[in-house]
Parts: sequence; C-alpha cells; structure tokens
Amino acid sequence: MASKVIHAYYNDDDVLMNAVKKVKGAKHHIEEVYCPFPVHGLDKAMGLAPTRIAITSFIYGCVGLIVSIVMMDYIMIQDWPQDIGGKPSFSYLENMPAFVPIMFELTVFFAAHLMVITFYLRSRLWPFKKAENPDVRTTDDHFVMELAIHDNEKELKNLLMDTGAVEINVSEK
Amino acid sequence: MYTFSNKLRIASIILMIVGALGIGIGFISAPSTVEEAKAMVASHDDSHGDSHADETSHAVSEGHEEEAHAEGHDAAHDVHVLHQLQNKPWAALYVAAFFFFMIALGALAFYAIQRASQAGWAPLLFRVMEGITAYLVPGGIIVFVILVLSVMHMNHLFVWMDADVVAHDKLLQGKAGFLNPTFFLVRAVIFLGGWILYREYSRKLSLKQDESDDNSNFKLNFKISAAFLVFYLISESMMSWDWIMSVDPHWFSTLFGWYVFASMFVCGITVIAMVTIYLKSKDYLPEVNDSHIHDLAKFMFGISVFWTYLWFSQFMLIWYSNIPEEVTYYVTRINDFKLPFFGMVVMNFVLPLLLLMNSDYKRINWFVIMTGIIILAGHYLDIFNMIMPSTVGKQWSIGIPEIGSVLFFAGLFIFWIFRALTKAPLQPKRNPFIEESKHFHY
Repeated sequence: MASKVIHAYYNDDDVLMNAVKKVKGAKHHIEEVYCPFPVHGLDKAMGLAPTRIAITSFIYGCVGLIVSIVMMDYIMIQDWPQDIGGKPSFSYLENMPAFVPIMFELTVFFAAHLMVITFYLRSRLWPFKKAENPDVRTTDDHFVMELAIHDNEKELKNLLMDTGAVEINVSEK
Repeated sequence: MYTFSNKLRIASIILMIVGALGIGIGFISAPSTVEEAKAMVASHDDSHGDSHADETSHAVSEGHEEEAHAEGHDAAHDVHVLHQLQNKPWAALYVAAFFFFMIALGALAFYAIQRASQAGWAPLLFRVMEGITAYLVPGGIIVFVILVLSVMHMNHLFVWMDADVVAHDKLLQGKAGFLNPTFFLVRAVIFLGGWILYREYSRKLSLKQDESDDNSNFKLNFKISAAFLVFYLISESMMSWDWIMSVDPHWFSTLFGWYVFASMFVCGITVIAMVTIYLKSKDYLPEVNDSHIHDLAKFMFGISVFWTYLWFSQFMLIWYSNIPEEVTYYVTRINDFKLPFFGMVVMNFVLPLLLLMNSDYKRINWFVIMTGIIILAGHYLDIFNMIMPSTVGKQWSIGIPEIGSVLFFAGLFIFWIFRALTKAPLQPKRNPFIEESKHFHY
C-alpha cells in the first residue's frame, strides 16, 4: 500500500514546539520530527515514553560487578592462592580492598559500554547505515515534522500552514 | 517572614534539657579512682575480665621476674582504663559538639561555593543556608571552650597536651613545634575567627542587597566568597589535623583534611535539604520546587560517593602497604570498633547510593528526609570513629553520655538555626539570579 506523508518545515525550535502542541491538540499522530539539535522538552510535547536506558545501565553495572568478583575470586583465591607480598589470600573478603579498584572499573566499563551498545541497537545506528532524514537541511537549520495522510491532505495542510510552517511537501513513502 | 513554631521551640528545648541531663549523668558516673574504674570494667564486661585473669595467671606461672613485670604492667593498664573511662563523657561531648559545628561549617562552604560559582538555582535557598550557618557562632564557641578545657588538663582527650607524656616521648617532642597548647589555641582562634567573620559579613551583604538599588553588595559578596574558599580550604585542612588527627598524635595521614571536609560537606548539604523540605512543608518557601530538592539530593548522592572515595583511598593505601606505624590506626578500629567502623560505610555509601540513584526518588521529599537521617547518623558515627578509639579505646559504647550529648546539641542546633531564620525574609528580594532560581526546572 503506497502511503503518503506530509512534511512540514520549520526554521525555529520555538515555532516547532508550538506546532507540535497544536498538532497533538488536534489529535493527529506525529510520525517523526527531524531536528538539527536536541530541542529541550520536545519529547514531552510529543508524548514520547521516557527512556529506560538508565535502568539497563544499572543492570549492566551489576553484571560487571559480579564478573569482576567471580573472576578475581577464582583467579586469586580459588585457583592458585599464592602468597604475593604477604597479602592474605585465604578468602575473598580478606583480600578485598586490593580488588576494589578492579571491581569499580569493571562496573563502570560494563555499565558504560553495554549501555552505548544498547543505545546503538535500539536507535538502529551502525557504520554504513543509510541516512534516514528526508531532507539534508534538517541537519543544518531546518526542522521537519512528518505526518501520515489518511485522506485528509487538505485539512492537514491548512493546519500546518497555521502553525507557521515555512514549507510543506507531500511525498510517497 | 518565618515564625518559629511553638511546637518546634518546645521540642528543641526539651531536647536540650534531656541532653543536658544525659551529659550530667555521664560526668557524674565517670570513675574518679582506679578501684572504681576496675569495678566498672569488671561488672560491665565479664568476658573481658576473664580473659584478663587468664593472662595474669599465665604471667605468674612464668617465673618471678616476669610476675613483677606483669604486676607493674597491670597497674599501668588500670590507670590507662581509668583515663579512658574518665574521657568517655568528654569524648561524647566533643564528638557531638564538633559534629553539629561541622554541619554549619559544611553548609557555609556550600553557600560560599554557590556564591562564587554564581549558581542560578541556589539563591532561593540562600536564606536557609544563612540560617544554618548562624550556628557557627555558638557551636564554634562551645568547641573552642572544650579545647581550652583540654589545654587546662580538665580531660585527657589530647595526649600531647600532657607535659609528662611529651617528656618521655621522642615523637611528640619532635612535633612540639606545631602541637603545643599556645599555638594550638591561637590557630583555633584564627580558624574560627575567619569562618565567623565571613559568615557574618556575607550575611550582612546579603541583607543589604535586598534594600540597595544596585548590585555592588552582590559583587562584593561574590569576591569575598571566592577569597573565603581559599582560606577555608587551608584552614579546614589544618583544623582537621588539630582538632581530630591530633587525638592520635603518633599517626598521620595526608588526605585527612579532605576526608573530614567531605564528611562535613555532605552533612551540611543534607541539613540544607532537610530544613528546606521542612520549611516548604509549612508553606514558607512557596517558590521552591521539586527541582531544587532534586539538585540538593544529587549533591547528597555525589558527595556521599566522594566521601567514600576518600575513606577508601585512606584505608586501602594504609592497608595495602601495612606499615606498622600507620596501620595501627586501622588495627584498633577493626579490632575494637568493627560494627561502627563498617556500619558507617554501609550508612554513608551503600544506602545513599541505592536510595538516591533513581532520579524520581530524589524528588520525593520524605525519601530525601529518610536518606538524610541515615546520612547524618552515618557521619556522626564517622566522627565517633575518628575520636573514640584514641580517647576511650575499648571502653567505648553508645550509651547515656553519647546520646545525651547528641540530643543536647541537636536541640541547640534546631533552636538556634530556626531562631536565625525568623530574623529575615526567607526569600531574597533582588538577587540578580533570583528570577532564574524561581523558574529553575530540571
């Protein structure tokens, strides 16, 4: 099914924010908004669900902590408990202060890197990925709001013109 | 304008009275002779007495010379125990006095940083901070009086003040150029004078700014705050050597000043957050919103982690190298103070870390209050762990003198800061950043 979308161009983020609120108020579904930079409060205006990436990061940090503890307990205490400079290697707890720097670093390492990879996966970003923005100007100085057309092209056009759009294009998707 | 609620005033006065009774009981029940001290230790701790008896009988069986030596050693040990028990009410008083004083000093440092960094969110809370720092004057005077009484040999908190001890101790003789009573008190006067001077002058400029028609007071306040921070960093570090590290004059640590600073800084911020939440709940701070609380809670979280970083750095470096002259500090703490020593790390690190990590929780006022109580109790234990091992040693407990002292100073603290809050409008009128602060949103 060939569906049509409408692209409304704006050249100011305040105008865009008001337009988003107006379009949401008129109960139209906004497919996407393309911006050259983060617009503060846009996600709230669009009604996007809050991100859960911080929660994933906390879980990854816990994984990193467990990996470091298990690794050093196995290597330093279970597998070959040598006397290295008189440090007590009888139990993990006895020698724990020496392991804390590694525990800390691995926690941060797992939390940071796995969160970034999660972000890439969820945002579908990778090298050689084809750019998705509908117009190169959206990376420089224009904002584009994309709405799907359901036999209401004229009504949508009028609404978007009212919101201060500088240009309106209809294209096949 | 804030009016001191009668309920709070009466509560603070009751705290002071109950606390004063506890302090009095502590002093009355301290032993005055070796016999009394022996009786107290024996009745207090039977297992300790038993193991001691074993040691004595062991020594007896090893021949005559050994026996005489053991007896001499026992007598010395008994005097030692007597001194420790006599120190108990003093140390309890000193820990609580310093703890509440340090809250005001930490709040002052936070206040100066907000002024020097021209923070846009903070001006709405300046009057709250000024109210808390008002406690510097009575708190500082009380700490100073305790120090003077120590110099006058009313107690044995600072062993280097005892001329007899110094005469038999090469190490203390070597440090006598710095650790001598006169210089010690002169330094204390300079530190307290500098802090109180900045506090009073900055408060005056802050009130004058409300009435003036230009920003000259604000600019001057910015400059003196920056200058104060330089003075504060040096004086705070030296204060921590004088007032805390020198109860253990054979031991030293280079990052001790920062460690004490982190402790007082997080306490100051926590109390700012708690007083703000209290005043907001009584509708005295209508413009303060959840984002201000969120910011304070972030500071509580961050500085708690910073404190842990310093605590662990100090502990781990000494544990790792295990040099006998340094490591005794931790040996006594881990042997005799296991629960407060490690419990403090849980209260000051693990609980704040888990409770304040979530962004939503930092906006829930009762959640911040609960975490704040844990943090304050944890940092009381922190000061407890710094002072007690070298003043009362194994004889420590958290009983009537300790709790009484905390109650007394808590009552005085509450009374004094809320009385200071009634002296000026709670919202600055024409601070250049006040509009930004009102609309602060995170």
